[in-house]
Amino acid sequence: MTEQDAITVQAPRAFLEVRDLRIHFPTDDGLVKSVDGLSFSLERGRTLGIVGESGSGKSVTSLGLLGLHNRKNAKVSGEIWLDGQEIVGSSPEQVRRLRGRKMSMIFQDPLSSMHPFYTIGAQIIEAYRIHNDVSKQVARKHAIDMLDRVGIPQPDKRVDDYPHQFSGGMRQRAMIAMSLSCDPELLIADEPTTALDVTVQAQILDLIRDLQKEFNSAVIIITHDLGVVAELSDDILVMYGGRCVEYGEVEELFHAPEHPYTWGLLGSMPRLDRDRSDRLMPIKGSPPSLINVPEGCAFSPRCAFAELNEGRSETERPELREIGPGHRVACHLDRADRRRLWDEEIRPKL
Amino acid sequence: MVNFLIRRLLAAIALLIIVSMVTFAIFFLVPRLTGASSADLASRYVGKTAGPQAVHEVEIRLGLNRPLVIQYWNFVKGIVVGAHYNFGPSKVYCGPPCFGYSFVNQTPVWPDLLDRMPVTLSLAGGAAVIWLVFGVTTGVISALKRGSVVDRASMGIALAGVSLPIFFTGLLSLAIFRDNLQWFPGAGTYIGLTQNPLTWASNLVLPWVTLAFLQAALYARLTRAGMLETMGEDYIRTARAKGLPERTVIVRHALRATLTPVLTIFGIDLGTLLGGAVLTEGTFSLPGLGKFAIDSINNNDLPRVLGVVMIGAFFIVLANLVVDVLYAVIDPRVRLS
Repeated sequence: MTEQDAITVQAPRAFLEVRDLRIHFPTDDGLVKSVDGLSFSLERGRTLGIVGESGSGKSVTSLGLLGLHNRKNAKVSGEIWLDGQEIVGSSPEQVRRLRGRKMSMIFQDPLSSMHPFYTIGAQIIEAYRIHNDVSKQVARKHAIDMLDRVGIPQPDKRVDDYPHQFSGGMRQRAMIAMSLSCDPELLIADEPTTALDVTVQAQILDLIRDLQKEFNSAVIIITHDLGVVAELSDDILVMYGGRCVEYGEVEELFHAPEHPYTWGLLGSMPRLDRDRSDRLMPIKGSPPSLINVPEGCAFSPRCAFAELNEGRSETERPELREIGPGHRVACHLDRADRRRLWDEEIRPKL
Repeated sequence: MVNFLIRRLLAAIALLIIVSMVTFAIFFLVPRLTGASSADLASRYVGKTAGPQAVHEVEIRLGLNRPLVIQYWNFVKGIVVGAHYNFGPSKVYCGPPCFGYSFVNQTPVWPDLLDRMPVTLSLAGGAAVIWLVFGVTTGVISALKRGSVVDRASMGIALAGVSLPIFFTGLLSLAIFRDNLQWFPGAGTYIGLTQNPLTWASNLVLPWVTLAFLQAALYARLTRAGMLETMGEDYIRTARAKGLPERTVIVRHALRATLTPVLTIFGIDLGTLLGGAVLTEGTFSLPGLGKFAIDSINNNDLPRVLGVVMIGAFFIVLANLVVDVLYAVIDPRVRLS
């Protein structure tokens, strides 16, 4: 796409609109297509959950949204419109000014994601002052306010503590305080609870939800944990092999999923309300190498129902098609067959 | 923090005591184990021509015939409070720190050591500044421009620096810059800093650069590897995600973490060199501790060797102590543990 096209392209309606995002990494072994044609949109005040296995392109997508890929070793194409501004074609300096202020990120492991040599306060102050022309005292007061808001006791004392003096949950709260210090309108949380104790996970999820209401920001939760998604999200995007295979509202996706991969994810989820003698239904095989994504449907080698398509799965890539209001699926199976399989074979076993 | 300091200080003292024991054992216990009698040691003081009577007198005077534990005690006592020796008719007091008298010319060891120290200090200190500045800068630039011409060129030069021995680069530099070009005519002679600062510096340029070249090469490789590792850390990604300019990310976040391990090695290197930069001093015939050590070893001059070893150990322990304290200042995680 030339620059001329980018300007004449239809202006986006949504707050965040991603169109045909592709993030490829040229390596000695070949081109790694981590994200290959991803499109979605998100409004303020809503939460999108991006779900998939390791290597499905979730985290690469989130770093791409922030413009954090090194342009020397990543080929990024497509469009990312954030509140009317396009990110992929912007200069690194323009994107940097957006980072932290307009959009920010919470990372998976708060211990390794915070600098071990600087106090929590110093790190929040730094994030705040880079985008706001205020004195150190004002920024410090703001940092203490933020720590208070994310529920850290005695914030005026803990502000001078180092990350290693915080517990895991407190660290993630501090990380959230840092991310929210400039009132970002888009918050991306990359596996925000994976590194935390189960008891702390729920607290952090509650915190993210409360803060979202307060700030009315758009939130993207990236996770492999369907429980987290069910808890927080309005919409769900299921990723496989760098592409979206199913997209829909959370109710719809949990109650009437239509992609065999989504069924597999649901079947792999442990549940307490089932008999323990019932086995989980793991998805067989492992995610495809992103260098040699299968020719046809990327999921076909692991799909239990691929033979129903008489070879189409191996040769032709399924398009993402709208099958209901806001519900899209990329699968060759006949709609009637999918519904029958879900009702008769999958749901009873869940 | 005070607690930490006291703990480190006690550890340093304990280490020095152990070093003194080991050194003493090497010089006085090992000869015995290999069959040398205390008379053999004594005979080195009086020369080979002396009769057995004279040797015996020295043996008694120096207490070489007494149990080793007592000898060690007297050795330590000499270092701490000084010792009395009676040579011939007169009694001599050797003030602390007393490392005894040279076998060769019967002068006390400590003043001789003290004489040599400024030379080594000048050499090691000056070279350290050069290699730290150049090594770290080169390493950082190489890491940031990884794979570029600059990176390849500086790493190539660094490889040469690590591989070429000092007595090669040193002699080469003397041949070119002193003898051929006559830029530093005084290289190879030491003039005190207080005597003439300009000559002092000009005479030391070649040894500084030669020593620094080797060390800078090591530090460039070390810094480059550390920097590459640090740039891949999660907290660097966080710093970028906050919207910090790349310069701030590199200087405030990456460099500080990279330099911490470099500092440790710097402390040890500097401490080691302060105990005598043997090869450099030898190559440029600088009368420092390193040359002193070599000369003493060649002369079989035990007390001097013992003294130089103890001084070397002292500098290394001291450097480590300083590094430990600095480390605690830089890395808050160290303070607690």
